[in-house]
Amino acid sequence: MNSHRHSKQHRVRSSALPQTRSATTEAPWVRTVLISLATGFLALFLLMPLFTVFIEAFRSGISAYFSTFEDRFIRHSIRLTLLTAAVAVPLNLVFGVAAAWAVTKFDFRGKSLLVTIIDLPFAVTPVIGGMIFILIFGAHGYLGPWLEGVNFQVVFAFPGIVLATTFGTVPFIARELIPVMQAQGRDEEYAAMTMGASGWRTFFKVTLPNVKWGLFYGVILCNARAMGEFGGVEVVSGKISGKTNTMTLQIQQLYFDYATVPAFATASLLAILALLTLLLKNIVERLSGRES
Amino acid sequence: MSIKAIQISKTFGTFKALENVSLEVPDGKLVSLLGPSGSGKTTLLRILAGLEFPDSLETSRVLFHGKDVTAAPAGRRGVGFVFQHYALFKHMTVESNVAFGLNSLPRKERPAKDVILTRVCELLQLVHLDGLGGRYPSELSGGQRQRVALARALAMNPKVLLLDEPFGALDAKVRKDLRRWLRTFQEEIKVTTIFVTHDQDEALELADEVVVMNNARIEQVGDPQTVYDRPVSPFVIEFLGNVNRFVAGVGSETKDREKDVLYVRPHDVELEPEDHETHAYALKAKVQHVFSAGNYGRVALERVGTREPFEAEVSRERLRELDLVPGRVVSVIFRHVRLFPKGEFLEADIRDGSLVASTSSFSAKTMYS
Ligand SMILES: Nc1ncnc2c1ncn2[C@@H]1O[C@H](COP(=O)(O)OP(=O)(O)OP(=O)(O)O)[C@@H](O)[C@H]1O
Ligand SMILES: [Mg+2]
Repeated sequence: MNSHRHSKQHRVRSSALPQTRSATTEAPWVRTVLISLATGFLALFLLMPLFTVFIEAFRSGISAYFSTFEDRFIRHSIRLTLLTAAVAVPLNLVFGVAAAWAVTKFDFRGKSLLVTIIDLPFAVTPVIGGMIFILIFGAHGYLGPWLEGVNFQVVFAFPGIVLATTFGTVPFIARELIPVMQAQGRDEEYAAMTMGASGWRTFFKVTLPNVKWGLFYGVILCNARAMGEFGGVEVVSGKISGKTNTMTLQIQQLYFDYATVPAFATASLLAILALLTLLLKNIVERLSGRES
Repeated sequence: MSIKAIQISKTFGTFKALENVSLEVPDGKLVSLLGPSGSGKTTLLRILAGLEFPDSLETSRVLFHGKDVTAAPAGRRGVGFVFQHYALFKHMTVESNVAFGLNSLPRKERPAKDVILTRVCELLQLVHLDGLGGRYPSELSGGQRQRVALARALAMNPKVLLLDEPFGALDAKVRKDLRRWLRTFQEEIKVTTIFVTHDQDEALELADEVVVMNNARIEQVGDPQTVYDRPVSPFVIEFLGNVNRFVAGVGSETKDREKDVLYVRPHDVELEPEDHETHAYALKAKVQHVFSAGNYGRVALERVGTREPFEAEVSRERLRELDLVPGRVVSVIFRHVRLFPKGEFLEADIRDGSLVASTSSFSAKTMYS
C-alpha cells in the first residue's frame, strides 16, 4: 500500500516538473481560499453538530445528564446496542478475515465479483437491506411461515436487528484487510509451509500478526458503524421501546417526544464513541507506522 | 540427496511457464539455474519445493533420491527454501525466525526448548550472526537478513537447499563476499543445492553445473567451462558473457553464401595498427571510445562499411602501444569465432592467416561479409 502511494506521488511530481509553476507556488490567495473553505466546511458540518450534542445534553445541568441513564428504556437501548455490536462485529470479523484471505491468497473464478459484492452495503442504503430481510423473514415473507412454525422470530426481534446491522457493516473489516494482505504477498506463508507448519499455525503465527493493525482498525470502524446503525435497524426492529429499540432508535423517539435532554444525553454517548474511535485510529496508525 | 525432475510442464491460464523441462542434479552438487527474467526459473524451483505443482501429476515427475515426491506438499519434502526477498517473519526476532520450523514440529517430535535454543545458536554462528538473535529483521542489513533466511532454511537439516536469487537485492561487494561464503559453506555441509540467478558471473563462479533456461525451456546444461566455451545455441552464447555479433559468415566461397550471425568474444578480438600487414580474415574498424579503467582496456569500435558496433578487450600495455584515440582506424583480427548455421555449432580459430576449424564438419575457406 505504501509503495503504491509513493509511486503515485512520484508520478504526480515528475509530471508536474515541466510546468513552470507547481501547486505549492500557486498564488497565496488561492491557498487561503482553499484552506478556509475546507476548514469552514468541517466546522459547519462536523464540529458544530458535535458541540451542539454536548451543549444540548448538558443544558439542564450535570445531574440531569446523568439521571438520563437511570431511565429503564434508555438503559435497555444501550444494552441492546452493545449486545448487537457484540454479535455483529465478531460475525464480520470472521467473514472479513476469510474474505480477505480468499481474495488475496488464492486465485479463483468469480474473485472480482466477490470483491464487488463486499462493497455492496456501501453502495446501497441500509433501508433496502432492512426491507430485504423483512421480505425474507417477515410474517408474509418467504421464510416467515416456516419460522413461525419453529417459533423463531427474526423480524421485530433481536435476530433481525443483528442481521440488519451485520449487513450494513460487512465491508469495513474486509476492506481494511485486503490492501494490507495484498501488500504482504504470500512468501511468508510459503516460507512457513516449507518449514512444515500447519495451515492453522501459519495463519495464527504468520498471517494474523502481519495484519494485526489493519484488523484492529477495521474492528474499531466496524464497531463504531454497528453501534451507529440506523436505517436498516429502523425497518426491521419494529421500534418497541424497552424491547427492540437500539440507541439510535431510542434517541429518535425521545427527540420526537420533546425529551430533548435525554435524547442528546444518549446521543452524546455515541458522540463519545466516535471521538474514541478517532483517537484509537490515530494511535493505531502511529503504532503501525512505527513498526514498518 | 539427488534431485530428478522429469518432463515438467506448467501453464498459468494459457501462458506456458515451463515446457517439458527435465533436469538431474547429483547428490551434493551446487547447481545454478540461469536465465533471463520470465524464463521460468522461479516456477521450476517452486515446483521442486512443492509450492507449486506441475500441470499433470501423471506425466511429470519429481524424484528426490529416487523417491517420488511429485504430489507431496512442501512441508513433507525436507527442502530448505530461501526466497528472493527473504520472506523473514517481520514480527519475530531472528531467533524465533530460525526456530520456527523446529517449533512447528508435532509435540512428540519437537525437541526441548533448550535443545532448540542450542541449535539456533549453532546456526547463527554458522552464518556469522552470533549475538544478533534478539534483533528484529528490520534492524538488520540486507546481507544479514539474507543469512538469517539461510539459517532458517537450514534449521530442519534439509536434504535439498533451494535458493531463489539469494543475492539479488544486495550490492556488488556484499554479493561477492556472500557468494564465496556460500560456496565454501555448501562444500562443508554437502547439501544438494539449486540456486536461481540471472547474473552469469555468479552462475559461472559458484556452480558445479549451470542450467541455462530460456523461454520456459532448458537450453543447455553443463559445467561452467562447457557452457561458456561450447555454447549450444546463439541464446547461450549471448547470455553468457559479453559477445560481439556480426552479420557475416564463414564457409566455402562457392556455396552456402547465406548470411549467418557470427559471434566473437571481446577477448578474442585482436587490434593492430591500420597499416599492419593483414590477411583474408582481417577487417577494418574505427575506434569510438576507449575505456581504460579496470584490469583490461575495453575499446568500442565500429566496423568500416557495415557500421556494426563491437567491443574489444585488450591488455593495458597493448592499449598504450596502440595509442588509440576515437576516430582512428585499426585492423581487426578475430582469434576465435563461433556460428550456428542451421542449428549446428561451429567454431574456428584463426591462426597466422589461416582458419583452423575445431569441428570436423567445418569446411570453411574464408570469412565474408
Ligand atoms: N502465479 C502466476 N500466474 C500467472 N503467471 C505466472 C505466475 N507465476 C509465474 N508466471 C509467469 O510465468 C513466467 C515465468 O515466471 P518465473 O517467475 O518462473 O520467471 P523467472 O525466470 O523466475 O523470472 P525472474 O528472473 O524475473 O524472477 C513469467 O512470464 C510469469 O509472468
Ligand atoms: Mg524469479
